[in-house]
Amino acid sequence: MSDKDLVTLTEKQKKARRSRNVAIGLALAALVIIFYLATIAKFGPGILDRPL
Amino acid sequence: MALVHNRFDDQTIRMSEATAGDFFALLKPRVMSLVVFTAFVGMVAAPVTINPFLAVVAILAIAIGAGASGALNMWYDADIDAVMTRTASRPVPSGKVTPHEALTFGLVLSALSVMTLGVLVNWLSAALLAFTIFFYAVIYTMWLKRWTPQNIVIGGAAGALPPMIGWAAVTGSVSFESVVLFLITFLWTPPHFWALALFKSQDYERAGIPMMPNVAGEASTRRQIFAYSLLLAPVGVAPWLLGYTTIGYGVVSLALGIGFVWYAWKVLQMPDSDRVMKPAKQLFAYSLLYLFVIFAAYLADSVIERVFALGGA
Repeated sequence: MSDKDLVTLTEKQKKARRSRNVAIGLALAALVIIFYLATIAKFGPGILDRPL
Repeated sequence: MALVHNRFDDQTIRMSEATAGDFFALLKPRVMSLVVFTAFVGMVAAPVTINPFLAVVAILAIAIGAGASGALNMWYDADIDAVMTRTASRPVPSGKVTPHEALTFGLVLSALSVMTLGVLVNWLSAALLAFTIFFYAVIYTMWLKRWTPQNIVIGGAAGALPPMIGWAAVTGSVSFESVVLFLITFLWTPPHFWALALFKSQDYERAGIPMMPNVAGEASTRRQIFAYSLLLAPVGVAPWLLGYTTIGYGVVSLALGIGFVWYAWKVLQMPDSDRVMKPAKQLFAYSLLYLFVIFAAYLADSVIERVFALGGA
């Protein structure tokens, strides 16, 4: 692979990409927590108490 | 011959410099805050309650849905946003976010917010949220805005729906009380936007948007602003007249309504030669205060009534 095939990001582009990545990471973590807690809120602790 | 060309020096390939903040700006945070507030009032005013965590999820989903419709609006309207001073610095016309990124962002968040509200809260509120996004992005943005001076009259329905969504999230139904909350914002929208359109008419003219002052003239717009303010004032008091609130809300809403008519009267009296248009600017500022305070009064009334009901029980 020659150098011409590679992208060299500028500092500004790197900073912007990091900012987007952090935001996506936080949003995904928030979704996991929201759906976990909402499941407990909707169904109550009984959701863990199922016959085997 | 290679099947894949990695020609990154190609000028058509653009590495994004958009930050998370630029994407957040696509959500129209100020409009979103108003949507969150009115939806919250709709939830608190409802006669029943839901699990507080699910209430927070509902508010979050409504906020994200409203933001998604804002992103879709900015994707479609980038051409006219670029020529208006008020909107030229938005992420798409300023080149920070590409139209394709804005479209994808808007569509993904629309689907996510509607599905989350449906799965975790209820499907009536999710359907109302989906309708609001569709109405704002397609009916208003793509059709009415560039076609008719009645654009913000009909399009105002999208901005007026959040209290109904909040009510539906809690009760699972739509009642006349939530329709009255809808009507307050619906009738507030034309005088609010036409006051802005009066002193920003050159901007709208340049962008080719058929706002009322550009199509029917300033005198007709001033008359219509006054007519809508005469309709809005009694509808603002209606929740008390219909027995939904206490006299406390009645007094506040009556005073606010009289103030609105007074400012609209000053706009009506504005001479054609007035280019500074101070009365229109004052009405615009007052209309923002009106909507915030009337919903805050409704919220306070609902909370106080609930506290008293608990005390009496």
